Amino acid sequence: MNIQKSPDKLTARDYATDQEVRWCPGCGDYAILKAVQRTLAELQADPDQTVFVSGIGCAARFPYYMETYGFHTIHGRSPAIATGVKLANPDLNVWVVGGDGDMLSIGGNHTMHALRRNVDLNILLFNNEIYGLTKGQYSPTSQTGTRSPSTPYGSVDLPVSAAQFALGAGGKFIARSADILQKHLPVVLKRAYENHGTSFVEIMQNCIVYNDAVFSHFTEKSVAADMQVHVEHGKPLIFGSDLDKGLRLKKDALELEIVTIGKNGVSETDILNHDEKNRPLAMLLASMIPPEFPIALGVLYSDPSPTYDKAVHDQVESVKTKNGPGNFNKLLRRGHTWEV
Amino acid sequence: MSEVSALERPEEKRDEVESAVVRFAGDSGDGMQLTGTQFTLTAALAGNDLATFPDFPAEIRAPAGTTFGVSAFQINFGARRIMTSGDSLDVLVVMNPAALITNLSDVKPGGIVIADSGAFTSRNLTKAGYESNPLETGEGLEKYRLIQIDMSRLTVESVKEFGLSNKEALRSKNMWALGLVYWMYGRPRKASVDWLNAKFSKQPEIAAANIAALNAGHAFGETAEMPAEIGGYSIPAAEIEPGLYRTVTGTESVALGLLAGTQLANVGLTFCSYPITPASALLHQLAAMKEFGVVTFQAEDEIAAVCAALGASYGGSLGITSSSGPGIALKMEAIGLAIATELPLVIVNSQRAGPSTGMPTKTEQSDLYQAVFGRNADAPMPVISVSSSTDGFDVAIEAVRLATKFMTPVMLLTDGYLANASEPWRIPDISEYDSFKTNFTTDPKNFEPFSRHPETLSRPWVKPGTPELAHRIGGIERSDGSGHISYSPENHQKMTDLRAQKIDNIANYIPEQEIEQGEANDDLVVVGWGSTFGPISRAVSNLRIEGLGVAQIHLRYIWPLPKNLEELLSNFGKILVPEMNNGQLVTLLRSQFLLPAKGFNKVNGKPFLIKELEEAIRSELDK
Ligand SMILES: Cc1ncc(C[n+]2csc(CCOP(=O)(O)OP(=O)(O)O)c2C)c(N)n1
Ligand code: SF4
Ligand SMILES: [Mg+2]
Repeated sequence: MNIQKSPDKLTARDYATDQEVRWCPGCGDYAILKAVQRTLAELQADPDQTVFVSGIGCAARFPYYMETYGFHTIHGRSPAIATGVKLANPDLNVWVVGGDGDMLSIGGNHTMHALRRNVDLNILLFNNEIYGLTKGQYSPTSQTGTRSPSTPYGSVDLPVSAAQFALGAGGKFIARSADILQKHLPVVLKRAYENHGTSFVEIMQNCIVYNDAVFSHFTEKSVAADMQVHVEHGKPLIFGSDLDKGLRLKKDALELEIVTIGKNGVSETDILNHDEKNRPLAMLLASMIPPEFPIALGVLYSDPSPTYDKAVHDQVESVKTKNGPGNFNKLLRRGHTWEV
Repeated sequence: MSEVSALERPEEKRDEVESAVVRFAGDSGDGMQLTGTQFTLTAALAGNDLATFPDFPAEIRAPAGTTFGVSAFQINFGARRIMTSGDSLDVLVVMNPAALITNLSDVKPGGIVIADSGAFTSRNLTKAGYESNPLETGEGLEKYRLIQIDMSRLTVESVKEFGLSNKEALRSKNMWALGLVYWMYGRPRKASVDWLNAKFSKQPEIAAANIAALNAGHAFGETAEMPAEIGGYSIPAAEIEPGLYRTVTGTESVALGLLAGTQLANVGLTFCSYPITPASALLHQLAAMKEFGVVTFQAEDEIAAVCAALGASYGGSLGITSSSGPGIALKMEAIGLAIATELPLVIVNSQRAGPSTGMPTKTEQSDLYQAVFGRNADAPMPVISVSSSTDGFDVAIEAVRLATKFMTPVMLLTDGYLANASEPWRIPDISEYDSFKTNFTTDPKNFEPFSRHPETLSRPWVKPGTPELAHRIGGIERSDGSGHISYSPENHQKMTDLRAQKIDNIANYIPEQEIEQGEANDDLVVVGWGSTFGPISRAVSNLRIEGLGVAQIHLRYIWPLPKNLEELLSNFGKILVPEMNNGQLVTLLRSQFLLPAKGFNKVNGKPFLIKELEEAIRSELDK
């Protein structure tokens, strides 16, 4: 069969700019860039209606490499700037890209408020558990004990979990994937795109220079099947190289436990089904930390609700309808006036 | 008081005066701001020119009777052009001892002090710090004409028939005082009666009680109950340009000007702010203008506010943000990004006394350095300032014009005094203003995001969503033309120069500086900016009447400075720059023009007095 490719059909390459990509060779950011370009091609997203907004960091260089509208801004402020873009022009598809320092340290406040307002943004947080651009200081997601130029004896503070933070801030769409999961990541990105409201996607990203292999205990081929559970709405939370492990609620405790199907009388029907709309479940999944538990990847939570930008414009429209369109000369004469 | 009319004083006994300054002062809970606003409205309706100065405590609910809980409202009204809210008081009305102790020193020698003796209880006297009752001892009051009236008791009596509790009845005390002062100046009560009926339309008995108190206060004046030596005054209407008038505060005029500007520019208005005194009122004003399509956003902090405004400008609407000094400090990094990416943005700074929290409800003009110089790197932007409550309208329109025409952030400086002070305003007709329609770039042919208009040097403004114009901008230095990331040393030099040239070039698109009063070669010129316009104008005109060779120049454009300013200034013998800061414009002028300008500075949270300025000018001239 001779399939004629439509001339208008955009390929992943059409979403790439002619600019030289400047990440270190082997950086996980390359794989994420590829996945995003492939996803937009799959969606046939209109590049002219698409905007990438970013803060500062290695991750935040992202917009320069996307053949769409792009705004590389200042450290930590991309959610606030993107909110303004949506207020001015709610029809645009706005993506926000940044690192763990950008979005959870200096910009944590803006990330929180974008999430609770449910601004229609797709936030991609590239979590490499390190400050890449400033040459490797530990970050708010670094594990305790991380040795870095600023913590030569190991960091002593506790890290924040991005997904738990986002849930706590009232996020309505929380998902997780990893740079090397080239099949999984586009599926998650597509879901993020389709969700209206703040879609928060944490992407585990390997910084080969300053924090190499920090995720290998769950991304290495040899352990991936046992250390990752890919959650899907309505499907049982099963994982393991033999697909014989599952998650279920502990009796008499609000806790998950790992059970083996076929052992101690456990059958597949005992395994918990994933329910995207169940916030407490999402919180339990988000808090699973390898190696005690597998890491939960996929859409942990999705419960769409009205977006802030739409509500703002709806209110403007309803006032216009109620009061009639504004008449400026009338406004000037509102209240007490007198003739001289 | 039905027999009152028999004792009415004949109207002709009123002394005609040219102008008067009245201040109502009382506890925060005494309704002094409402009283002052009503008096203002009535003075305006009587055809007087006027200026007001509301002065409220920093504390929201200060304990009753304390000195820091005193709230005051001052009005200067007259038959001539009124330039300030007045140096000193002809009449001070005090509702309690705290108001007396904090305001007495502002009364003219021989001025009238009207005190509610009913509120001079030993408890209130102690709270105010009096050891004995000054109304009884007369201590400290020797220079003034004291009228003590038990307004509290008379108010309660006047509203008896409405069956209110004592506490409720006393709430009408301010209306009783207003009625008395209305009588003193021969003012009709109708406007206030109408206002009370409208305000309390759902509680008619409260409206009736307030009106009864207002009438009782007025009747008290009409009867022979007032001391004989205090008669009524009359203040004829001022000569005012004919037209339709309203009163306007600096906040209102700026809000209206911002909306007018975006309409003239034909762009949307996205206003993003975070509450701070005295800037919040601008957010409140604009939030109530939604029928014009105005979008307002109360952000999580000042950084988010300026960032959202900048994002809105990037998105193709005009982003505007507003704050006071501490909040402006937080916005500076993002303003730098606006300068680098050459996007329009308007930043309104309602200056207040600082640094840090300083005195949030008191005025100052000490953010000029911050506005002109307060960013990292070479980051110039236009700075313009508001000089009166009505001026805000035109200045705000100008801010929008400069931002959109030159693709730059613009800082608009106003201050806490102007934000709250009101003036009569001849309502403009918006159709008489020239439009400056924004041309968004839509043509993909030869498009480059950092190409420049040959005359204005501004770059194209593109709305994301425009077909075939997708491009990237950002904070990393941009290649001249293409806007691509560039670390080239030559390019950075060139772009830095271009950014500076673009702003300098604005001097060719703003009016030349005019001399407000006086001759081009007078012995001394007083150069001001911002809210000092009123007192400087009056001081200079007073001294010119005396024959002194004093001129006045008042700047709207702080950066870039008008291109003829250097030449203008160099023709005067001396240059005196009064400022409510420690000498900021004066430093700017000296550094730009190498002229021996001298400062005259004060930072006590209060506007200049006319007489302070007169003295400073005299001493500069050795006269
Ligand atoms: C206001 C400000 N403070 C600090 C910096 C320096 N800075 C740039 S990127 C960065 C951290 C980057 O870490 P992250 O956001 O995790 O991004 P990554 O480089 O790891 O992708 C810092 C501290 C800056 N550019 N601006
Ligand atoms: S420093 Fe790390 S995160 Fe940054 S580009 Fe290099 S590998 Fe990637
Ligand atoms: Mg990082």
